[in-house]
Amino acid sequence: MNPAVLIASVYVFALAAFLGYQVISRVPPLLHTPLMSATNAISGISLIGSLVLAGAAAELPKAQLPAHILGFVAVTAATINVVGGFGITDRMLKMFGKRKPQANPAKEAAK
Amino acid sequence: MTLTSYFMEATYLIASILFILALKKMSHPETARRGMFLAEGGMFAAIVGTLVGAHIVTWVWIIAGLALGSIIGAWMAVSVPMTAMPQRTALSHAFGALAAALVGVGEFLVHANEMTVVTRGALGFEVMLGALTTTGSLIAAGKLQGVIAGKPIQFRGQNALNLIIFLSMTASFFYFWIHPEAVVFFYAMLGLAFVFGVMLVIPIGSADMPVVMSLLNSYAGLAAAATGFVLSNNVLIIAGTLDGFSGFILSVLMCKAMNRSITNVLFGGFGAVIAEATSNAGGVMREISLDDAAMQLAFANRVVFVPGYGLATAQAQHACRELGELLEGRGVSVKYAIHPVAGRMPGHMNVLLAEANVPYSSLYEMEQINPEFPSTDVAVVIGANDVVNPDARDNPKSLIAGMPILEVDRAKSVIVLKRGQGRGFSGLENPLFFKPCTTMLYGDAKSSLSHLAQAVQHV
Repeated sequence: MNPAVLIASVYVFALAAFLGYQVISRVPPLLHTPLMSATNAISGISLIGSLVLAGAAAELPKAQLPAHILGFVAVTAATINVVGGFGITDRMLKMFGKRKPQANPAKEAAK
Repeated sequence: MTLTSYFMEATYLIASILFILALKKMSHPETARRGMFLAEGGMFAAIVGTLVGAHIVTWVWIIAGLALGSIIGAWMAVSVPMTAMPQRTALSHAFGALAAALVGVGEFLVHANEMTVVTRGALGFEVMLGALTTTGSLIAAGKLQGVIAGKPIQFRGQNALNLIIFLSMTASFFYFWIHPEAVVFFYAMLGLAFVFGVMLVIPIGSADMPVVMSLLNSYAGLAAAATGFVLSNNVLIIAGTLDGFSGFILSVLMCKAMNRSITNVLFGGFGAVIAEATSNAGGVMREISLDDAAMQLAFANRVVFVPGYGLATAQAQHACRELGELLEGRGVSVKYAIHPVAGRMPGHMNVLLAEANVPYSSLYEMEQINPEFPSTDVAVVIGANDVVNPDARDNPKSLIAGMPILEVDRAKSVIVLKRGQGRGFSGLENPLFFKPCTTMLYGDAKSSLSHLAQAVQHV
Protein backbone atom coordinates (compact mmCIF):
# COMPACT_ATOMS: atom_id res chain seq x y z
CA MET A 1 0.00 0.00 0.00
CA ASN A 2 1.59 3.28 -1.00
CA PRO A 3 1.37 6.33 1.29
CA ALA A 4 -1.20 8.15 -0.87
CA VAL A 5 -3.60 5.20 -0.69
CA LEU A 6 -3.04 4.87 3.03
CA ILE A 7 -3.84 8.53 3.62
CA ALA A 8 -6.97 8.28 1.50
CA SER A 9 -8.04 5.17 3.45
CA VAL A 10 -7.53 6.93 6.77
CA TYR A 11 -9.66 9.82 5.51
CA VAL A 12 -12.42 7.41 4.52
CA PHE A 13 -12.20 5.70 7.91
CA ALA A 14 -12.35 8.95 9.86
CA LEU A 15 -15.23 10.36 7.83
CA ALA A 16 -17.17 7.10 8.05
CA ALA A 17 -16.64 7.07 11.83
CA PHE A 18 -17.92 10.64 12.12
CA LEU A 19 -20.88 9.97 9.87
CA GLY A 20 -21.66 6.73 11.69
CA TYR A 21 -21.70 8.55 15.00
CA GLN A 22 -24.06 11.21 13.65
CA VAL A 23 -26.43 8.79 11.98
CA ILE A 24 -26.51 6.07 14.59
CA SER A 25 -27.00 8.28 17.64
CA ARG A 26 -30.34 9.20 16.10
CA VAL A 27 -31.65 5.65 16.13
CA PRO A 28 -34.19 5.35 18.97
CA PRO A 29 -33.68 2.67 21.67
CA LEU A 30 -36.89 1.12 20.35
CA LEU A 31 -34.97 -0.06 17.29
CA HIS A 32 -31.66 -1.02 18.89
CA THR A 33 -32.06 -4.75 18.28
CA PRO A 34 -32.91 -4.33 14.58
CA LEU A 35 -30.06 -1.79 14.35
CA MET A 36 -27.56 -4.30 15.64
CA SER A 37 -28.87 -6.93 13.31
CA ALA A 38 -28.84 -4.51 10.36
CA THR A 39 -25.29 -3.27 10.89
CA ASN A 40 -24.28 -6.90 11.21
CA ALA A 41 -25.82 -7.70 7.86
CA ILE A 42 -24.15 -4.64 6.33
CA SER A 43 -20.74 -5.63 7.67
CA GLY A 44 -21.35 -8.92 5.86
CA ILE A 45 -19.85 -6.84 3.04
CA SER A 46 -16.63 -8.69 3.92
CA LEU A 47 -18.29 -11.18 1.57
CA ILE A 48 -16.69 -9.31 -1.33
CA GLY A 49 -13.22 -9.94 0.10
CA SER A 50 -14.15 -13.57 0.64
CA LEU A 51 -15.36 -13.92 -2.96
CA VAL A 52 -12.03 -12.71 -4.30
CA LEU A 53 -10.16 -15.11 -2.04
CA ALA A 54 -12.35 -18.04 -3.08
CA GLY A 55 -12.22 -17.38 -6.79
CA ALA A 56 -9.21 -15.36 -7.88
CA ALA A 57 -5.85 -16.76 -8.94
CA ALA A 58 -3.12 -16.79 -6.31
CA GLU A 59 0.41 -15.79 -7.29
CA LEU A 60 1.95 -18.66 -5.37
CA PRO A 61 0.70 -21.92 -6.90
CA LYS A 62 0.99 -23.83 -3.65
CA ALA A 63 -1.20 -21.27 -1.87
CA GLN A 64 -3.98 -21.72 -4.42
CA LEU A 65 -5.93 -24.57 -2.85
CA PRO A 66 -5.67 -23.43 0.80
CA ALA A 67 -6.73 -19.94 -0.27
CA HIS A 68 -9.77 -21.30 -2.11
CA ILE A 69 -10.79 -23.42 0.86
CA LEU A 70 -10.41 -20.54 3.33
CA GLY A 71 -12.32 -18.40 0.84
CA PHE A 72 -15.10 -20.96 0.61
CA VAL A 73 -15.55 -21.02 4.41
CA ALA A 74 -15.41 -17.22 4.53
CA VAL A 75 -17.97 -16.89 1.70
CA THR A 76 -20.28 -19.28 3.55
CA ALA A 77 -19.95 -17.44 6.87
CA ALA A 78 -20.41 -14.00 5.29
CA THR A 79 -23.38 -15.14 3.20
CA ILE A 80 -25.07 -16.52 6.30
CA ASN A 81 -24.68 -13.05 7.80
CA VAL A 82 -25.96 -11.21 4.76
CA VAL A 83 -28.95 -13.43 4.01
CA GLY A 84 -29.80 -14.25 7.62
CA GLY A 85 -29.11 -10.73 8.84
CA PHE A 86 -31.24 -8.91 6.28
CA GLY A 87 -33.97 -11.55 6.55
CA ILE A 88 -34.27 -11.31 10.28
CA THR A 89 -33.98 -7.51 10.35
CA ASP A 90 -36.87 -7.32 7.92
CA ARG A 91 -38.90 -9.72 10.04
CA MET A 92 -38.35 -7.52 13.08
CA LEU A 93 -39.02 -4.23 11.32
CA LYS A 94 -42.25 -5.61 9.88
CA MET A 95 -43.47 -6.05 13.45
CA PHE A 96 -42.75 -2.42 14.23
CA GLY A 97 -44.93 -1.29 11.34
CA LYS A 98 -47.77 1.11 11.98
CA ARG A 99 -50.86 -0.80 12.96
CA LYS A 100 -53.72 -0.80 15.38
CA PRO A 101 -53.77 -3.51 18.01
CA GLN A 102 -55.31 -6.78 16.84
CA ALA A 103 -55.03 -5.81 13.20
CA ASN A 104 -53.08 -8.93 12.39
CA PRO A 105 -55.58 -11.77 12.14
CA ALA A 106 -53.14 -14.09 10.36
CA LYS A 107 -50.82 -14.04 13.32
CA GLU A 108 -53.69 -14.61 15.72
CA ALA A 109 -54.75 -17.65 13.75
CA ALA A 110 -51.19 -18.96 13.60
CA LYS A 111 -51.02 -19.03 17.37
CA MET B 1 -7.82 0.03 -15.14
CA THR B 2 -10.17 -1.98 -17.26
CA LEU B 3 -13.82 -1.22 -17.85
CA THR B 4 -14.98 -4.01 -15.55
CA SER B 5 -12.80 -2.64 -12.73
CA TYR B 6 -14.47 0.75 -13.12
CA PHE B 7 -17.85 -0.96 -13.00
CA MET B 8 -16.84 -2.76 -9.81
CA GLU B 9 -15.66 0.45 -8.15
CA ALA B 10 -18.91 2.16 -9.16
CA THR B 11 -20.99 -0.55 -7.50
CA TYR B 12 -18.89 -0.15 -4.34
CA LEU B 13 -19.58 3.57 -4.27
CA ILE B 14 -23.29 2.98 -4.76
CA ALA B 15 -23.28 0.35 -2.01
CA SER B 16 -21.55 2.75 0.41
CA ILE B 17 -24.13 5.47 -0.21
CA LEU B 18 -27.05 3.06 0.12
CA PHE B 19 -25.71 1.66 3.41
CA ILE B 20 -25.50 5.13 4.93
CA LEU B 21 -28.99 6.04 3.70
CA ALA B 22 -30.30 2.78 5.15
CA LEU B 23 -28.91 3.56 8.59
CA LYS B 24 -30.30 7.07 8.38
CA LYS B 25 -33.76 5.65 7.75
CA MET B 26 -33.34 3.52 10.88
CA SER B 27 -34.10 6.64 12.92
CA HIS B 28 -37.83 5.97 12.67
CA PRO B 29 -39.82 2.71 12.71
CA GLU B 30 -41.96 3.94 9.79
CA THR B 31 -39.02 4.31 7.41
CA ALA B 32 -36.65 1.67 8.77
CA ARG B 33 -37.93 -1.15 6.62
CA ARG B 34 -37.62 0.80 3.38
CA GLY B 35 -34.09 1.70 4.44
CA MET B 36 -33.19 -1.96 4.69
CA PHE B 37 -34.35 -2.55 1.12
CA LEU B 38 -31.81 0.08 0.07
CA ALA B 39 -29.07 -1.70 2.01
CA GLU B 40 -30.02 -5.01 0.42
CA GLY B 41 -29.82 -3.39 -3.00
CA GLY B 42 -26.40 -1.99 -2.15
CA MET B 43 -25.16 -5.36 -1.02
CA PHE B 44 -26.46 -7.04 -4.18
CA ALA B 45 -24.78 -4.42 -6.37
CA ALA B 46 -21.45 -4.87 -4.59
CA ILE B 47 -21.59 -8.65 -4.98
CA VAL B 48 -22.39 -8.44 -8.69
CA GLY B 49 -19.70 -5.82 -9.15
CA THR B 50 -17.12 -8.05 -7.47
CA LEU B 51 -18.04 -11.12 -9.50
CA VAL B 52 -17.81 -9.11 -12.72
CA GLY B 53 -14.72 -7.06 -11.96
CA ALA B 54 -12.45 -9.10 -9.72
CA HIS B 55 -10.85 -11.47 -12.26
CA ILE B 56 -12.47 -14.60 -10.90
CA VAL B 57 -10.93 -17.76 -12.33
CA THR B 58 -12.61 -20.52 -10.32
CA TRP B 59 -16.34 -20.46 -9.71
CA VAL B 60 -16.86 -23.75 -7.87
CA TRP B 61 -15.90 -22.53 -4.40
CA ILE B 62 -17.82 -19.30 -4.80
CA ILE B 63 -21.03 -20.94 -5.92
CA ALA B 64 -20.76 -23.61 -3.23
CA GLY B 65 -20.17 -21.02 -0.50
CA LEU B 66 -22.94 -18.71 -1.68
CA ALA B 67 -25.41 -21.60 -1.93
CA LEU B 68 -24.56 -23.12 1.43
CA GLY B 69 -24.53 -19.74 3.17
CA SER B 70 -27.85 -18.73 1.61
CA ILE B 71 -29.53 -21.93 2.71
CA ILE B 72 -28.30 -21.66 6.30
CA GLY B 73 -28.96 -17.90 6.40
CA ALA B 74 -32.47 -18.21 5.01
CA TRP B 75 -33.23 -21.02 7.42
CA MET B 76 -32.05 -18.89 10.32
CA ALA B 77 -33.98 -15.86 9.14
CA VAL B 78 -37.23 -17.80 8.96
CA SER B 79 -36.96 -20.13 11.90
CA VAL B 80 -35.29 -18.26 14.76
CA PRO B 81 -37.92 -17.21 17.33
CA MET B 82 -37.83 -13.64 18.58
CA THR B 83 -36.99 -14.82 22.10
CA ALA B 84 -33.76 -16.31 20.71
CA MET B 85 -32.71 -13.06 19.04
CA PRO B 86 -29.74 -12.41 21.39
CA GLN B 87 -28.19 -15.81 20.61
CA ARG B 88 -28.79 -15.35 16.91
CA THR B 89 -27.13 -11.96 16.95
CA ALA B 90 -24.14 -13.29 18.89
CA LEU B 91 -23.77 -16.07 16.32
CA SER B 92 -23.84 -13.60 13.47
CA HIS B 93 -21.08 -11.57 15.15
CA ALA B 94 -19.11 -14.82 15.16
CA PHE B 95 -19.75 -15.48 11.46
CA GLY B 96 -18.87 -11.93 10.43
CA ALA B 97 -15.67 -11.97 12.45
CA LEU B 98 -14.73 -15.43 11.19
CA ALA B 99 -15.09 -14.26 7.58
CA ALA B 100 -12.81 -11.29 8.31
CA ALA B 101 -10.22 -13.45 10.06
CA LEU B 102 -10.19 -16.04 7.26
CA VAL B 103 -9.83 -13.40 4.57
CA GLY B 104 -6.87 -12.14 6.56
CA VAL B 105 -5.25 -15.56 6.75
CA GLY B 106 -5.93 -16.07 3.04
CA GLU B 107 -4.33 -12.72 2.18
CA PHE B 108 -1.34 -13.77 4.25
CA LEU B 109 -1.04 -17.06 2.34
CA VAL B 110 -1.38 -15.45 -1.06
CA HIS B 111 0.38 -12.10 -0.71
CA ALA B 112 2.66 -12.43 2.34
CA ASN B 113 5.80 -11.66 0.35
CA GLU B 114 4.70 -8.44 -1.28
CA MET B 115 3.01 -6.78 1.70
CA THR B 116 4.14 -3.37 2.89
CA VAL B 117 4.60 -2.59 6.57
CA VAL B 118 1.27 -0.76 6.72
CA THR B 119 -0.67 -3.57 5.11
CA ARG B 120 0.93 -6.07 7.44
CA GLY B 121 -0.09 -3.97 10.44
CA ALA B 122 -3.69 -3.78 9.24
CA LEU B 123 -3.60 -7.50 8.54
CA GLY B 124 -2.52 -8.18 12.13
CA PHE B 125 -5.42 -6.13 13.49
CA GLU B 126 -7.86 -7.83 11.15
CA VAL B 127 -6.78 -11.32 12.14
CA MET B 128 -6.54 -10.63 15.88
CA LEU B 129 -9.88 -8.81 16.13
CA GLY B 130 -11.56 -11.32 13.85
CA ALA B 131 -10.29 -14.36 15.72
CA LEU B 132 -11.01 -13.13 19.23
CA THR B 133 -14.46 -11.92 18.24
CA THR B 134 -15.25 -15.30 16.68
CA THR B 135 -14.60 -17.35 19.81
CA GLY B 136 -15.85 -14.62 22.16
CA SER B 137 -19.16 -14.45 20.30
CA LEU B 138 -19.50 -18.23 20.27
CA ILE B 139 -19.08 -18.27 24.06
CA ALA B 140 -21.61 -15.44 24.39
CA ALA B 141 -24.07 -17.33 22.18
CA GLY B 142 -23.51 -20.46 24.27
CA LYS B 143 -24.23 -18.56 27.48
CA LEU B 144 -27.36 -16.98 26.05
CA GLN B 145 -28.61 -20.30 24.72
CA GLY B 146 -27.88 -21.96 28.08
CA VAL B 147 -25.36 -24.43 26.64
CA ILE B 148 -22.70 -22.85 28.85
CA ALA B 149 -23.51 -21.80 32.43
CA GLY B 150 -24.61 -18.17 32.49
CA LYS B 151 -22.77 -17.53 35.74
CA PRO B 152 -19.38 -15.87 35.46
CA ILE B 153 -16.57 -18.44 35.33
CA GLN B 154 -13.77 -17.13 37.49
CA PHE B 155 -10.65 -18.55 39.06
CA ARG B 156 -7.64 -17.33 40.96
CA GLY B 157 -5.14 -15.49 38.83
CA GLN B 158 -7.57 -15.08 35.96
CA ASN B 159 -6.73 -11.48 35.21
CA ALA B 160 -3.01 -12.25 35.37
CA LEU B 161 -3.44 -15.16 32.94
CA ASN B 162 -5.51 -12.97 30.62
CA LEU B 163 -2.82 -10.33 30.72
CA ILE B 164 -0.17 -12.91 29.81
CA ILE B 165 -2.25 -14.17 26.88
CA PHE B 166 -2.88 -10.62 25.71
CA LEU B 167 0.78 -9.65 25.94
CA SER B 168 1.94 -12.81 24.14
CA MET B 169 -0.61 -12.11 21.40
CA THR B 170 0.53 -8.53 20.91
CA ALA B 171 4.20 -9.56 21.13
CA SER B 172 3.64 -12.15 18.37
CA PHE B 173 1.92 -9.47 16.34
CA PHE B 174 4.79 -7.02 16.68
CA TYR B 175 7.39 -9.67 15.89
CA PHE B 176 5.50 -10.70 12.76
CA TRP B 177 5.05 -7.05 11.85
CA ILE B 178 8.79 -6.44 11.87
CA HIS B 179 9.87 -9.86 10.59
CA PRO B 180 7.34 -11.00 7.97
CA GLU B 181 9.34 -14.17 7.27
CA ALA B 182 8.62 -15.41 10.82
CA VAL B 183 5.50 -17.24 9.73
CA VAL B 184 5.14 -19.13 12.98
CA PHE B 185 4.48 -15.90 14.87
CA PHE B 186 1.58 -15.10 12.58
CA TYR B 187 -0.07 -18.40 13.48
CA ALA B 188 0.83 -17.98 17.15
CA MET B 189 -0.96 -14.63 17.08
CA LEU B 190 -3.97 -16.24 15.43
CA GLY B 191 -4.13 -19.07 17.98
CA LEU B 192 -3.65 -16.78 20.97
CA ALA B 193 -6.40 -14.49 19.66
CA PHE B 194 -8.82 -17.44 19.53
CA VAL B 195 -7.93 -18.31 23.14
CA PHE B 196 -8.13 -14.69 24.27
CA GLY B 197 -11.68 -14.38 22.89
CA VAL B 198 -12.79 -17.26 25.09
CA MET B 199 -11.03 -15.87 28.16
CA LEU B 200 -12.54 -12.45 27.60
CA VAL B 201 -16.15 -13.62 27.72
CA ILE B 202 -16.24 -16.51 30.22
CA PRO B 203 -15.89 -14.28 33.32
CA ILE B 204 -18.89 -12.17 32.31
CA GLY B 205 -22.35 -12.95 33.67
CA SER B 206 -25.48 -13.22 31.53
CA ALA B 207 -26.96 -10.03 32.99
CA ASP B 208 -24.09 -8.04 31.47
CA MET B 209 -24.70 -9.49 28.01
CA PRO B 210 -26.15 -6.27 26.55
CA VAL B 211 -22.73 -4.63 26.93
CA VAL B 212 -20.81 -7.68 25.72
CA MET B 213 -23.06 -8.03 22.67
CA SER B 214 -22.50 -4.40 21.77
CA LEU B 215 -18.75 -4.67 22.23
CA LEU B 216 -18.50 -7.80 20.11
CA ASN B 217 -20.58 -6.02 17.49
CA SER B 218 -18.04 -3.23 17.54
CA TYR B 219 -15.05 -5.60 17.24
CA ALA B 220 -16.65 -7.48 14.34
CA GLY B 221 -17.17 -4.20 12.53
CA LEU B 222 -13.63 -3.00 13.15
CA ALA B 223 -12.29 -6.34 11.90
CA ALA B 224 -14.19 -5.75 8.66
CA ALA B 225 -12.80 -2.21 8.47
CA ALA B 226 -9.27 -3.56 8.94
CA THR B 227 -9.97 -5.96 6.06
CA GLY B 228 -10.76 -2.87 4.02
CA PHE B 229 -7.32 -1.43 4.85
CA VAL B 230 -5.62 -4.70 3.88
CA LEU B 231 -7.44 -4.92 0.54
CA SER B 232 -7.46 -1.11 -0.03
CA ASN B 233 -11.20 -1.36 -0.38
CA ASN B 234 -13.26 1.66 0.66
CA VAL B 235 -16.68 0.04 0.87
CA LEU B 236 -15.28 -2.44 3.38
CA ILE B 237 -13.77 0.38 5.41
CA ILE B 238 -17.05 2.32 5.37
CA ALA B 239 -19.38 -0.57 6.18
CA GLY B 240 -17.01 -1.95 8.82
CA THR B 241 -16.60 1.42 10.47
CA LEU B 242 -20.35 2.03 10.54
CA ASP B 243 -20.81 -1.35 12.21
CA GLY B 244 -17.92 -0.74 14.59
CA PHE B 245 -19.23 2.64 15.67
CA SER B 246 -22.76 1.44 16.02
CA GLY B 247 -21.53 -1.24 18.42
CA PHE B 248 -19.39 1.28 20.25
CA ILE B 249 -22.26 3.73 20.74
CA LEU B 250 -24.50 0.94 21.99
CA SER B 251 -21.81 -0.22 24.46
CA VAL B 252 -21.53 3.27 25.89
CA LEU B 253 -25.32 3.58 26.19
CA MET B 254 -25.60 0.19 27.90
CA CYS B 255 -22.82 1.00 30.37
CA LYS B 256 -24.48 4.31 31.17
CA ALA B 257 -27.76 2.51 31.79
CA MET B 258 -25.98 0.36 34.39
CA ASN B 259 -23.78 3.14 35.77
CA ARG B 260 -20.70 0.99 35.19
CA SER B 261 -17.53 1.41 33.20
CA ILE B 262 -16.60 -0.90 30.38
CA THR B 263 -13.57 -2.11 32.37
CA ASN B 264 -15.83 -2.98 35.27
CA VAL B 265 -18.10 -5.03 33.02
CA LEU B 266 -15.21 -6.83 31.34
CA PHE B 267 -13.11 -7.58 34.41
CA GLY B 268 -15.52 -7.12 37.30
CA GLY B 269 -17.11 -10.58 37.15
CA PHE B 270 -20.42 -9.10 38.26
CA GLY B 271 -23.04 -11.62 39.35
CA ALA B 272 -20.63 -13.92 41.19
CA VAL B 273 -21.17 -14.62 44.87
CA ILE B 274 -21.81 -11.19 46.31
CA ALA B 275 -24.71 -11.94 48.58
CA GLU B 276 -22.94 -10.77 51.76
CA ALA B 277 -22.78 -7.23 50.46
CA THR B 278 -26.52 -6.84 50.14
CA SER B 279 -28.53 -4.86 52.61
CA ASN B 280 -30.71 -6.88 54.93
CA ALA B 281 -34.00 -5.61 53.71
CA GLY B 282 -36.28 -6.61 56.53
CA GLY B 283 -39.91 -7.54 56.44
CA VAL B 284 -41.94 -10.09 54.63
CA MET B 285 -43.06 -10.40 51.07
CA ARG B 286 -46.81 -10.32 50.81
CA GLU B 287 -48.40 -12.71 48.38
CA ILE B 288 -51.49 -11.69 46.43
CA SER B 289 -54.16 -13.97 45.03
CA LEU B 290 -55.00 -13.96 41.34
CA ASP B 291 -58.50 -12.62 41.96
CA ASP B 292 -57.28 -9.76 44.12
CA ALA B 293 -54.65 -8.84 41.55
CA ALA B 294 -57.22 -8.94 38.75
CA MET B 295 -59.54 -6.75 40.83
CA GLN B 296 -56.80 -4.18 41.38
CA LEU B 297 -55.98 -4.08 37.68
CA ALA B 298 -59.57 -3.95 36.50
CA PHE B 299 -60.46 -0.98 38.67
CA ALA B 300 -57.26 0.97 38.09
CA ASN B 301 -57.06 4.08 35.95
CA ARG B 302 -53.44 3.77 34.94
CA VAL B 303 -51.44 0.58 34.67
CA VAL B 304 -47.77 0.30 33.66
CA PHE B 305 -46.22 -3.02 32.69
CA VAL B 306 -42.49 -3.38 33.37
CA PRO B 307 -41.07 -6.34 31.42
CA GLY B 308 -37.68 -7.92 32.13
CA TYR B 309 -35.74 -10.95 31.01
CA GLY B 310 -38.29 -13.17 32.80
CA LEU B 311 -40.84 -12.15 30.16
CA ALA B 312 -38.54 -13.54 27.47
CA THR B 313 -37.74 -16.81 29.26
CA ALA B 314 -41.43 -17.43 29.96
CA GLN B 315 -42.33 -16.37 26.37
CA ALA B 316 -45.07 -14.33 28.01
CA GLN B 317 -45.17 -11.43 25.54
CA HIS B 318 -48.46 -12.51 23.89
CA ALA B 319 -50.16 -13.18 27.24
CA CYS B 320 -48.98 -9.76 28.38
CA ARG B 321 -50.44 -8.02 25.34
CA GLU B 322 -53.78 -9.87 25.79
CA LEU B 323 -54.06 -8.71 29.39
CA GLY B 324 -53.12 -5.18 28.33
CA GLU B 325 -55.81 -5.12 25.66
CA LEU B 326 -58.49 -6.42 28.01
CA LEU B 327 -57.64 -3.65 30.44
CA GLU B 328 -57.69 -1.05 27.70
CA GLY B 329 -61.10 -2.37 26.70
CA ARG B 330 -62.25 -1.50 30.21
CA GLY B 331 -60.94 2.03 29.83
CA VAL B 332 -57.71 1.54 31.74
CA SER B 333 -54.71 3.42 30.37
CA VAL B 334 -51.97 0.85 29.72
CA LYS B 335 -48.30 1.66 29.13
CA TYR B 336 -45.12 -0.38 28.91
CA ALA B 337 -41.93 0.84 30.59
CA ILE B 338 -38.70 -0.33 28.98
CA HIS B 339 -35.37 -0.10 30.78
CA PRO B 340 -32.41 0.13 28.36
CA VAL B 341 -30.72 -2.98 29.78
CA ALA B 342 -33.86 -5.06 30.35
CA GLY B 343 -33.26 -8.40 28.66
CA ARG B 344 -30.06 -9.66 27.12
CA MET B 345 -29.37 -7.24 24.30
CA PRO B 346 -30.14 -3.61 23.45
CA GLY B 347 -33.82 -3.27 22.51
CA HIS B 348 -34.66 -6.89 23.41
CA MET B 349 -37.98 -6.08 25.15
CA ASN B 350 -39.15 -3.77 22.36
CA VAL B 351 -38.76 -6.54 19.81
CA LEU B 352 -40.63 -9.07 21.94
CA LEU B 353 -43.55 -6.73 22.58
CA ALA B 354 -43.65 -5.67 18.94
CA GLU B 355 -43.86 -9.35 18.02
CA ALA B 356 -46.90 -9.61 20.27
CA ASN B 357 -48.52 -6.69 18.39
CA VAL B 358 -48.10 -4.09 21.09
CA PRO B 359 -48.07 -0.79 19.16
CA TYR B 360 -44.75 0.99 19.62
CA SER B 361 -46.57 4.12 20.74
CA SER B 362 -47.35 2.28 24.00
CA LEU B 363 -43.68 1.55 24.71
CA TYR B 364 -42.02 4.17 26.91
CA GLU B 365 -38.37 4.78 27.64
CA MET B 366 -37.13 5.18 31.20
CA GLU B 367 -36.86 8.98 31.14
CA GLN B 368 -40.35 9.32 29.70
CA ILE B 369 -42.13 7.02 32.10
CA ASN B 370 -40.40 7.69 35.44
CA PRO B 371 -42.28 10.96 36.13
CA GLU B 372 -45.54 9.10 35.56
CA PHE B 373 -45.12 6.43 38.24
CA PRO B 374 -46.48 8.57 41.14
CA SER B 375 -49.78 8.85 39.27
CA THR B 376 -49.82 5.18 38.30
CA ASP B 377 -52.30 2.99 40.15
CA VAL B 378 -50.71 -0.37 39.49
CA ALA B 379 -47.22 -1.15 38.20
CA VAL B 380 -46.91 -4.77 37.06
CA VAL B 381 -43.32 -6.02 37.13
CA ILE B 382 -42.92 -9.07 34.91
CA GLY B 383 -39.69 -10.96 35.49
CA ALA B 384 -37.60 -7.83 36.04
CA ASN B 385 -35.45 -7.38 39.11
CA ASP B 386 -32.35 -5.22 39.15
CA VAL B 387 -33.82 -2.58 36.83
CA VAL B 388 -36.53 -1.84 39.44
CA ASN B 389 -34.32 -2.21 42.53
CA PRO B 390 -34.75 0.98 44.63
CA ASP B 391 -31.43 0.21 46.36
CA ALA B 392 -29.71 1.54 43.27
CA ARG B 393 -31.15 4.95 44.08
CA ASP B 394 -31.35 4.88 47.90
CA ASN B 395 -28.46 2.80 49.15
CA PRO B 396 -25.05 4.20 48.20
CA LYS B 397 -23.40 0.99 49.44
CA SER B 398 -25.36 -1.18 47.04
CA LEU B 399 -23.40 -2.87 44.26
CA ILE B 400 -25.70 -1.30 41.73
CA ALA B 401 -25.72 2.12 43.41
CA GLY B 402 -26.21 4.89 40.89
CA MET B 403 -27.71 2.68 38.20
CA PRO B 404 -30.74 4.49 36.80
CA ILE B 405 -33.89 2.50 37.56
CA LEU B 406 -37.54 2.45 36.69
CA GLU B 407 -39.05 3.96 39.83
CA VAL B 408 -41.97 1.57 40.19
CA ASP B 409 -41.84 1.89 43.98
CA ARG B 410 -43.35 5.36 43.56
CA ALA B 411 -46.53 3.86 42.09
CA LYS B 412 -49.59 3.50 44.34
CA SER B 413 -49.26 -0.27 44.23
CA VAL B 414 -46.92 -2.75 42.64
CA ILE B 415 -47.61 -6.33 41.63
CA VAL B 416 -44.46 -8.37 41.02
CA LEU B 417 -44.76 -11.48 38.87
CA LYS B 418 -41.95 -13.77 39.86
CA ARG B 419 -41.21 -17.44 39.49
CA GLY B 420 -40.25 -18.01 43.13
CA GLN B 421 -38.92 -16.30 46.21
CA GLY B 422 -35.27 -16.59 45.19
CA ARG B 423 -33.06 -13.66 44.36
CA GLY B 424 -32.61 -12.44 40.86
CA PHE B 425 -29.67 -13.20 38.65
CA SER B 426 -27.31 -10.73 40.27
CA GLY B 427 -27.97 -12.25 43.71
CA LEU B 428 -28.93 -8.85 45.09
CA GLU B 429 -31.75 -8.51 47.58
CA ASN B 430 -34.46 -6.26 46.19
CA PRO B 431 -36.10 -4.04 48.88
CA LEU B 432 -38.94 -3.31 46.45
CA PHE B 433 -40.38 -6.74 47.23
CA PHE B 434 -40.68 -5.87 50.93
CA LYS B 435 -42.34 -2.48 50.54
CA PRO B 436 -45.86 -2.10 51.90
CA CYS B 437 -47.17 -1.10 48.46
CA THR B 438 -45.78 -4.28 46.85
CA THR B 439 -47.49 -7.62 46.49
CA MET B 440 -46.06 -10.75 44.92
CA LEU B 441 -47.75 -13.06 42.46
CA TYR B 442 -45.70 -16.24 42.21
CA GLY B 443 -45.69 -18.57 39.24
CA ASP B 444 -44.69 -18.79 35.60
CA ALA B 445 -45.18 -15.34 34.06
CA LYS B 446 -47.06 -16.65 31.04
CA SER B 447 -49.64 -18.65 32.98
CA SER B 448 -49.97 -15.93 35.62
CA LEU B 449 -50.71 -13.37 32.92
CA SER B 450 -53.24 -15.49 31.09
CA HIS B 451 -54.97 -16.41 34.36
CA LEU B 452 -55.06 -12.73 35.24
CA ALA B 453 -56.65 -12.01 31.88
CA GLN B 454 -59.35 -14.62 32.53
CA ALA B 455 -59.96 -13.23 35.99
CA VAL B 456 -60.22 -9.68 34.66
CA GLN B 457 -62.90 -10.81 32.21
CA HIS B 458 -64.96 -12.14 35.11
CA VAL B 459 -64.68 -9.03 37.26
